[in-house]
Amino acid sequence: MESMLESRARQVRVLLNSNYAVAYAARDADVDVVAAYPITPQTGVVEKLSEMIANGELDAEMIHVESEHSALSAIIGASAVGARVFTATSSQGLEFMHELLHIASGMRLPLVMSVATRALSAPINIWNDYSDLMNVRDSSWITLIASTAQEVYDSIIEAFMVSEDPRVLLPSIVAYDGFWMSHTYEPLYIPEDRRVVSKILPRRPRYVLDPDNPITIGSLVNPDWYYEIKYQQVEAMKEAYRVIREADTKIKYYLGRAYEPIESYMAEDSEILVLTYGGAYETLQSAVDMMRSEGLRVGALKLRLWRPFPVEDLKSKVGDAENLIVVDRAISYGASIEGPAALEVIAAFYKGKSCPTISSFIAGIGGRPVSEEDFKGIVKKALKLGDKALKMGSIHWGVRGASYE
Amino acid sequence: MSWKEIPIGGIIVEAGNSVKRKTGDWRVFKPVIDQDKCTRCLICWMYCPDGVIEIRDISYKTSTGRLWTTTLEINYDHCKGCAICAEECPVNAIELVEEVK
Amino acid sequence: MSNPQRTIEVRFHGRGGQGAVTASIILAEAAALEGLYSQAFPEFGPERRGAPVKAYTRISKEHIKTRAPILNPDIVVVLDPSLHPSTYMQGLKKDGLLVLNSKKGAKSIAEELSVGKVMVVDATGIALRNLRAPIVNVAMLGALARVLEEVSLDSIAKATLKAIFNIKWEGNIASLLEASIIGEAVLGNIRALNEAYRLTEVYIA
Repeated sequence: MESMLESRARQVRVLLNSNYAVAYAARDADVDVVAAYPITPQTGVVEKLSEMIANGELDAEMIHVESEHSALSAIIGASAVGARVFTATSSQGLEFMHELLHIASGMRLPLVMSVATRALSAPINIWNDYSDLMNVRDSSWITLIASTAQEVYDSIIEAFMVSEDPRVLLPSIVAYDGFWMSHTYEPLYIPEDRRVVSKILPRRPRYVLDPDNPITIGSLVNPDWYYEIKYQQVEAMKEAYRVIREADTKIKYYLGRAYEPIESYMAEDSEILVLTYGGAYETLQSAVDMMRSEGLRVGALKLRLWRPFPVEDLKSKVGDAENLIVVDRAISYGASIEGPAALEVIAAFYKGKSCPTISSFIAGIGGRPVSEEDFKGIVKKALKLGDKALKMGSIHWGVRGASYE
Repeated sequence: MSWKEIPIGGIIVEAGNSVKRKTGDWRVFKPVIDQDKCTRCLICWMYCPDGVIEIRDISYKTSTGRLWTTTLEINYDHCKGCAICAEECPVNAIELVEEVK
Repeated sequence: MSNPQRTIEVRFHGRGGQGAVTASIILAEAAALEGLYSQAFPEFGPERRGAPVKAYTRISKEHIKTRAPILNPDIVVVLDPSLHPSTYMQGLKKDGLLVLNSKKGAKSIAEELSVGKVMVVDATGIALRNLRAPIVNVAMLGALARVLEEVSLDSIAKATLKAIFNIKWEGNIASLLEASIIGEAVLGNIRALNEAYRLTEVYIA
């Protein structure tokens, strides 16, 4: 994606890895409270934010905690009294936060968290896949998955815009590849004057704990009303889609970058489409270039918005393509289709007017690289198997001894 | 009322609204304060989990001739009959009486 | 090394603590300063001082799409002369360039390892003279600047200041060497960079 379009704000070109891009975005969003516990590969985020707070670049409170459970607890409390809050984590850290994820969303607090995605133990593995993120998909957090450091920066700003919108008031996660992005330096544009971000991110009134105007947050709710209160979250998640599209428009206007829930590359006239998410989308585009030069009418799709799942965008981007190959980066053990995104995609097309031949692949688990050659091999395999592919469930790409004939 | 009308996330925007929910009918035994024995130490007032011990500006003269400027009363609309007050009273001035409804 | 159509892929080899990762970042920063696109990343995993380390840089005139590891680099830069050739020669392109920190002659190394293009610089000697420590990464970049048409020595100097000392410098390397406001540690790095640029021996078969 071309990074610099027409924009309102003057911007500077900097070289950052995605961890630092997160920290710069949190700084520019002028967060009030940060509580985080370091974990590979997210540590750079916390280090950079500590540095910014220590040298006065960011006027915020850094709460050093003894675990991720406490990190999320601390910012839930801070958010409940009206602060703009931020945290970051990975893998086991996100798992350790799990019960509080539901508390944060249930209390309707607009927290923002970055997740440098990483495989789950055991066996212990610090490298990248999306098992951690996919595990928290039902916790009612808006979830964006970025594929460049530029998108990471913009998505953090966007996440605050959406989460704090009175029509939404749900927390957000911005995810990106651990190592493949968290530790990769690349150029991106950030506003020269961070006041432009304040303009897109005004402080908005919401229910907060205030001794002069007491309310109760997080009370017990009996079966007679619990469902209605959870249903509010269902509606807020649907509403979030509209608010995200509005935020996309604002990001484009102020920062000059255009984002869509489903991004595409060479998709318009494609017979074959490959859908993936995160950093692998970049490599996928490069693979598409190679396959196109070999005469294959193939294009790439990226799932940028994971929650709420953008069904209509997906359908319109897929159009009349005959083949849709979903490459997942996580495993849903024991599921009918083990690729989490593939399951959603299949559900989206169920009994639709036109439905492509869908196949599900899983690749890049536990930090195994996904190269252009892998994507080429996946497309070849999917075309060979056709309708048979999905009958086999998900195809675990490159696993020694796993055969799909 | 539907999901649309209630405050989001089950937030209670009206502070102190538990007054509206009467819990007095949960009782089996009813605590009764013997104003004659009571020394107005307020230990019951501190311990009561429901805040139903009320301090009234009503003077009371005991049988031995001591004059108190206050009287302690129990709000029976909200007293659940847990008997913590009776347990904690240092002079055994609170008696539990079987409730006849 | 002029090839406008394609991405230049560089792989750095060193040991934990010698600055191979920082070298990869400085090179990417220098390319970014030239208005190019770049990417720098370490070999992922736990960081251990003294263990063999790899780091990568990609440079291109266009947005770099791929995030796959570099398997066939155009340039291999070796910071530590004690590493075994089998570790750093792996995957080097047929017409690739080897940049080595060594006291030996370029021709003898080219013949020994049968590589067509070799550059040799005594980076350890240069680092010890200028920094009083065997931190050779900046010296190796000085050598690299001799062949990289896309990235100038001035840009590498600016990127070094930015990446290591967080200093923004607008002038060129000559003005930098004469600047009095700059501390000894910073100046040592720039001197090492400049010296390596001049002393590098280039051999092309």
